[in-house]
Amino acid sequence: MLFELIGIPPQALFGQLLLGLINGAFYAMMSLGLAVIFGLLNVINFTHGAQYMMGAFAAWMLLEWAGVPYWGALILAPLIVGATGVVMEKLLLKRLYHLDHLYGLLLTFGLALMIEGFFRKQFGSSGLPYANPLPGGTRLDFMFLPNYRAWIVIASLVICFGTWYMIERTKLGSYLRAATERPDLVQAFGINVPRMITLTYGFGVGLAALAGVLAAPAYNVSPLMGSNLIIIVFAVVVIGGMGSILGAIITGFALGIIEGLTKVFYPEASNTVIFIVMAIVLMVKPAGLFGTPK
Amino acid sequence: MHNGTELAVSDLNAWYGESHILHGMKFEVNKGEVVTLLGRNGAGKTTTMKAVMGMIPSRKGSVKFGSEELIQLPSNRIAKLGLAFCPEERGIFSSLNVYENLTLPPVVKGGGMSLEEIYQIFPNLKERLKSQGTKLSGGEQQMLAIGRILRTGATLLLLDEPTEGLAPVIVQQIGAMIRLLKDKGYTILLVEQNFRFASTVADRHYIVEHGQVVDMIPNDQIATSTKKLETYLGV
Repeated sequence: MLFELIGIPPQALFGQLLLGLINGAFYAMMSLGLAVIFGLLNVINFTHGAQYMMGAFAAWMLLEWAGVPYWGALILAPLIVGATGVVMEKLLLKRLYHLDHLYGLLLTFGLALMIEGFFRKQFGSSGLPYANPLPGGTRLDFMFLPNYRAWIVIASLVICFGTWYMIERTKLGSYLRAATERPDLVQAFGINVPRMITLTYGFGVGLAALAGVLAAPAYNVSPLMGSNLIIIVFAVVVIGGMGSILGAIITGFALGIIEGLTKVFYPEASNTVIFIVMAIVLMVKPAGLFGTPK
Repeated sequence: MHNGTELAVSDLNAWYGESHILHGMKFEVNKGEVVTLLGRNGAGKTTTMKAVMGMIPSRKGSVKFGSEELIQLPSNRIAKLGLAFCPEERGIFSSLNVYENLTLPPVVKGGGMSLEEIYQIFPNLKERLKSQGTKLSGGEQQMLAIGRILRTGATLLLLDEPTEGLAPVIVQQIGAMIRLLKDKGYTILLVEQNFRFASTVADRHYIVEHGQVVDMIPNDQIATSTKKLETYLGV
């Protein structure tokens, strides 16, 4: 057997591959939302990690305080958190579009710190448990596959493909793509571009919250869960290229798997491998693998 | 005011940041007329079109479309009233294919052309519906840029230098197309630098200098005004 030759038990290999795939699913969903927001708003949304955390907390609150089960939260939490995104765009972000990128980054970064600080004050930083809605699993020849992990992979693929399809293949998506290129002209055709920008931000935020709900049963619900994830997600976005939808999805999954494999073959590098890949990609293609130089 | 006035612009001022571009533009376009704005580069012709269309935030004065005052409206509301703009750089979207580009502008009122009618005028487009918009030749891109605003039901078309950079045979096609649109009852405001082309399609010509209208020449007097025009345009 090949596995015996390289001295890696198949259980470990496939176990880490699955973990890598799960992490990749979160990277993909998060960088997808960032790419959609950056494409139309030209804002690097540093609040994305906090909004992911808010999604997980919304699911927890819905369950604990209102008795809404996981499947209801999967729909309600993104809508609630997305609505906070709409308010944030209308009150704050909208005032920054005529300024340099840096101002949007500072605003969203500051908001992320405030939101995380608030949740830490209210709920502590140790994390709250969220019951697994799909306990059990399947024993395969080479590994044990927990049901909820399989669900994460399937759900994230559906979410990513659905978003890609909506943007690249529908009428609404053609408005979005056109407005990304020439918002002034699209508005002069009769389309309410400012409203479209608000809803796009709300959608991107909702996507982060949806990833947060998916994460709630897999990890603890904790105020800092987003800031741990977002640093890697920004590296993924840089590698894939800002603003590319398909690039965000493919890069997200691929880097999750690369990270998982590194844990098997060279565990010492598993925390840094993504940043090494980022450095190499930036040297060869400064606009990212799927980005177009401006 | 003329009874059949479709567009009446008066005392129109516009600014790009600190620089004051339009200094009280005044002109009118009657229903079914083709009217040009002639002038040198930088005279303010494109800015006038964008100000009419609401694409320049900093503008003052009056732009009346029929009985509606447009000066305070955002451009999407202006488009909904039946004005459509074809920009000088054509504004074909590279992330959209030809069909998506063609059907992008929403229909704002009834009476627009069907896709079949547009394909009859521009048969090239029909053969290339799946191509990326910016992969078309310059002439085809211009046809796409005009074709897509014929679907919407807009009655006043603002065409900014539709012949710029195109081969003579394509310029002739664009001329024939503008005459056809006039026959169909469209009102057209045309920006041109080439007055010889303008004289083959237009009813009247406004001369623009330094953000103001300095003269108006009816097309039937263009032959006797050639000297004057050449001085204005510096050709």
